Amino acid sequence: MKIGVVVFPGSNCDHDCEHIFKDVLGQSVEMIWHKETSLAGLDAIVLPGGFSYGDYLRTGAIARFSPVMGLVKEFAKGGGMVLGICNGFQILLEAGLLPGAMLRNKSLHFICKDVSVKVENAATAFTGACQPGQVLKIPIAHADGNYYTDPVTLAAMQANAQIVLRYCTPEGKSTPEANPNGSLDNIAGIINAAGNVLGMMPHPERCAEAILGNDDGKLIFLSMLESLKQSKKPLKMMPV
Amino acid sequence: MKAKIHVTLKQGILDPQGKAIEHALGSLGFKNAGNVRVGKYMEVDVNETDRAKADAAVKAMCEKLLANTIVEEYRYELG
Repeated sequence: MKIGVVVFPGSNCDHDCEHIFKDVLGQSVEMIWHKETSLAGLDAIVLPGGFSYGDYLRTGAIARFSPVMGLVKEFAKGGGMVLGICNGFQILLEAGLLPGAMLRNKSLHFICKDVSVKVENAATAFTGACQPGQVLKIPIAHADGNYYTDPVTLAAMQANAQIVLRYCTPEGKSTPEANPNGSLDNIAGIINAAGNVLGMMPHPERCAEAILGNDDGKLIFLSMLESLKQSKKPLKMMPV
Repeated sequence: MKAKIHVTLKQGILDPQGKAIEHALGSLGFKNAGNVRVGKYMEVDVNETDRAKADAAVKAMCEKLLANTIVEEYRYELG
């Protein structure tokens, strides 16, 4: 598979994503400068974490107008798989590819620590390798991860199982105490209604190798590859 | 024409910075201070002489980039 990792000025998890896909999972990776005008030949796109444009104005607010984002939108509209991690998630929100917006963490702190997240929907292209309800330990590192959306959108997302990851206790309970940033409904990751665009605040690329002591994050990337493999299989002919 | 633009979180949306400042004011003895909201202030020179055109341009800037209307509201003066 060929994975495109978009590089904005200020992205800083781009090479971690490249490393996981290339060195850990043996895939081919193309780094996509934000001024790129073609995404031809890519099977999936990752918007990595970092501080695109220094987080000026709002997180992701300026990056969403980068030339490449028009292509990413088209790619997503055509059913292409897009993963946004942390700042990538914030950019997807600002771009309107996912509903809602990010507010400053309730505590006002930049929080960098391992958190537990529960896989609420294991039937997506990004979580298929997880067990339903599985608790993953993945680090977060952000100041603006306090997810907000209006009650109508929240209810629709709940009804469609679009809330894919929720902050929880290590035992899998989504309690206010397990919510690190004040995020609505303990939301850590959401998917669009079509199921091909996922945004998540935790950083799976930082915990996808056993040598790092934790490879829970690898499940996200393995799920993506498995889903891409399935979608690439030639369609079976119906028996006549 | 110069636009003076204020962007703040909508009423009803938790403003953690505003809350922290409100508590600080309270602990400094300003017991009469409440509902502190923190926002952004921006000035933009708009190269238009026609007021209606400038107004439309600033509104478009706010809607498209300067405010995220899911969580923020904006107001501006043109002068």
